[in-house]
Amino acid sequence: MKKTLLSLACIAATSVSAMSFAADEVNVYSARKEALIKPLLDKFTEQTGIKVNLVTGKADALNTRMVKEGEYSPADDLITTDAGRLVRAKTADISQPINDTVDLSGVNSAYIDDTRHWVGLTLRARPIMYAPDRVSPEQLSTMEALTDEQWKGRICIRSSSNIYNQSMVAAMIEQVGEDRTEAWANGLVANFARPPKGGDRDQIKAVVAGQCDIAIANTYYLAGMREAQDEQTRDVANQVKVFWPNQDERGAHVNISGVAIAKHAPNVSAAQQLVSYMLGTDAQQWYAQTNGEYPVINGVEWSDTLKAMGQFKAENVPLTVVGEKNADALKLMDRAGWK
Amino acid sequence: MKGFQWGSIASPHFVLLGSFLVLLGLFSSLFLSPVFVVFSSLFTGDGDNWQHLFDTVLVDYIQSSLTLALGVGAGAFALGTSLAWLVARYEFSGKRYFQWLVFLPMAMPAYIIAYTYTGMLDYAGPVQSAIRDIFGWGYRDYSFPDIRSMGGAILVMSLVLYPYVYMLARTAFLSQPKQMLEVSTSLGASGWRYFYRVAFPLARPAIVTGVALVMMETLADFGTVQYFGINTFTTGIFRTWYGLGDENTAAQLSSLLCTVVLVCLVLEQYSRRKQSYYHRQSAIKGATAVKLTGGKNALAVLLCSLPLLLGFLLPVMQLTVWSVHHFSLWSWGDFSALLLSSFGLASGAACFVVAFAIGVMYLSRLKPNWVLRLLTQCLNLGYAIPGVVVAVGILTPLGWLDFAANAMAKYSTGQPVGLIFSGSLFALFIAYAVRFNPIALHNVSHGLSRVTPSMDEAAATLGYRYPSILTKVHLPLIRTSVLTAALLVFVDVLKELPATLVLRPFNFNTLAVKAYELASDERLQEAALPALLIVLTGLVPVIILTRAMLKDTRHA
Repeated sequence: MKKTLLSLACIAATSVSAMSFAADEVNVYSARKEALIKPLLDKFTEQTGIKVNLVTGKADALNTRMVKEGEYSPADDLITTDAGRLVRAKTADISQPINDTVDLSGVNSAYIDDTRHWVGLTLRARPIMYAPDRVSPEQLSTMEALTDEQWKGRICIRSSSNIYNQSMVAAMIEQVGEDRTEAWANGLVANFARPPKGGDRDQIKAVVAGQCDIAIANTYYLAGMREAQDEQTRDVANQVKVFWPNQDERGAHVNISGVAIAKHAPNVSAAQQLVSYMLGTDAQQWYAQTNGEYPVINGVEWSDTLKAMGQFKAENVPLTVVGEKNADALKLMDRAGWK
Repeated sequence: MKGFQWGSIASPHFVLLGSFLVLLGLFSSLFLSPVFVVFSSLFTGDGDNWQHLFDTVLVDYIQSSLTLALGVGAGAFALGTSLAWLVARYEFSGKRYFQWLVFLPMAMPAYIIAYTYTGMLDYAGPVQSAIRDIFGWGYRDYSFPDIRSMGGAILVMSLVLYPYVYMLARTAFLSQPKQMLEVSTSLGASGWRYFYRVAFPLARPAIVTGVALVMMETLADFGTVQYFGINTFTTGIFRTWYGLGDENTAAQLSSLLCTVVLVCLVLEQYSRRKQSYYHRQSAIKGATAVKLTGGKNALAVLLCSLPLLLGFLLPVMQLTVWSVHHFSLWSWGDFSALLLSSFGLASGAACFVVAFAIGVMYLSRLKPNWVLRLLTQCLNLGYAIPGVVVAVGILTPLGWLDFAANAMAKYSTGQPVGLIFSGSLFALFIAYAVRFNPIALHNVSHGLSRVTPSMDEAAATLGYRYPSILTKVHLPLIRTSVLTAALLVFVDVLKELPATLVLRPFNFNTLAVKAYELASDERLQEAALPALLIVLTGLVPVIILTRAMLKDTRHA
């Protein structure tokens, strides 16, 4: 018994350590889940012949790992979610500028670092979602209006530990100032239907179940639910509607998933080719069609699910600033009692 | 226990012992590095963020952590001890099967049972859908208790953690000699009085060990509490680290958590400083079980089936249903690779950790001194440090090792060798050793407590020398404990997530990683198949373990 266990362990160990670092390879650290990136990486290998080695993990832990690995880090590309993480990578000095061989002209400048240390790959929007049988769209206007007395005990949103909320509040601090944002957070918390729990999908389900009438969640999750295999889930997702807030002024909150090239990347050229590929029409189309995210370049067709949620005006805040204000946003939410 | 005079017997093996000591020292310092990194943070950094935490969320963290740890500790204690007592003392229908079936929830990771119950009791889940269908209600015509609450967390975590208490308590009850019951009965202490005046106090060290393991596991848990929206110390550590970007304050929070655990462990040992427990288990036959009939029999069966049903059968059935629904998403190739890597990793780590624990426990047996006692205490802390903190604590010293290795390689060959320590499975093995040493240490030391010093002396007078005393006398005696340690570590590694996620090398996935990726993307149902496989793989060692234990106690 023990011998079998041991030999199995040895097989597993050798199969892993047998990796080599040849010239036509690229090593990717990805905070995006394997399922959300592997199909694209496989296509990239098919087109260019460059083999992709992948390790996935939690965004912040991957950043830390790169810092600790220092100059011998094997990482070439860091693909991660939320601008905040990309800004942290730059601050921690683990990224390098993406050079001119990669064409970034198609991408809105708000989604590119000013010294080209990172670039956005997809957009995710965070609008209001509501139950049409209890809320009419005429009652809704801006995020600020959600602090109104009429929404008392009717709003669901996830924990402030989540970076989507941290970035949303950070962006608000940048646009309307810290005092107004804090007053807003206080008012919003006062209108919570329940202490925050679960993910974005759970907030949407809570609206349908009647625990609340309004949820704030990323469209990506609603899209995923509307395209789910399971009929019950689709049924739930179709009972909420999307409302785009702040359309007459600054626009709805958006954030990105993006990529940076590692400072000590052993395969810089391959790393650049991968960034170019991810910004190409093929890859952008894949995200828009199968992943429920918005492309960062124009002229890519959205999936029907995205089209059904409607066109919208997005915030135009430099995402670098959003990343820098992350800690301020978190402290503000702590003070407001946003769990 | 009095120090055993090993010098006179073992002197020819001095070189062997010496090199073992050096190896032990090397590994110990690696294992202790996360603890050290965590505590050294206390002396650095400014207090800005501390003030903020103190003013806003710290009290909440402490309250929830305490409530949760005490709640789960009490739940696991109640379930584990009563089941163990029932099985050890009574005969009832199906006991032959129940005594090992109630182990099964151990194979179920807490985060997976949490996801499963959430999905099951969800508005769109089967339970509420059925209620609506039966009564013809709409989505908002009724209220339903929310599993994602403090009460829910205590419930689900107690359900999967009680086997730790059950296992230790059962062995302890069974090893109490028959004469003890007879003497107590003749002195008027029978039934319930016998339990709480005699049997329970004698089993206390084992039970306390079990409850301590459960509480440490609870304090280090991240997946379940985060999903349930409970703000504990562990979620606070992550929040401070990632949200505030303040690694230092996060480490300070961890050190606070470690200190609490350390104080509890020391108090527990202090409270039984005057007691010495050496059992001669196999020498005396245990008391015969009392046969239960009628209502009492039915009650016993019910008591055994409830935790089995709620902690194992029901979630497994739900996971199976979801898996079947989403089976087409997977290929057999994906799974054989995942199974092989998970199984290989867990068995390799189990051997590594247990070998180390045997080394430490033998040293402290042969030459008990304060250095080793302190070392064992510090090694015990690993269980309460959240996996990610361990992982990051490991990366720092391994980074130095890599740096030195690369400098040397560059000097001699002109080529760096890359991250041979921190970028390989070595890092994972060390992390598992840090996290799961306490389990191995507890079990091995429990096994060794059955080997009385007089046995060594007897063997020595018969002319045996040290290595053969180990193989001929000790190993057969502690076999069950070593096996238990290895299998528990195996199951824990199989379920481990955060450290695996941070430290694993390129293109290396485990079942837990796969399940987590899908579940954290809020695709619970798609995560069901890898989750189910973790449970089923975990069943293999649990069954081996229980069979070995049953055999062991039947011979007793």
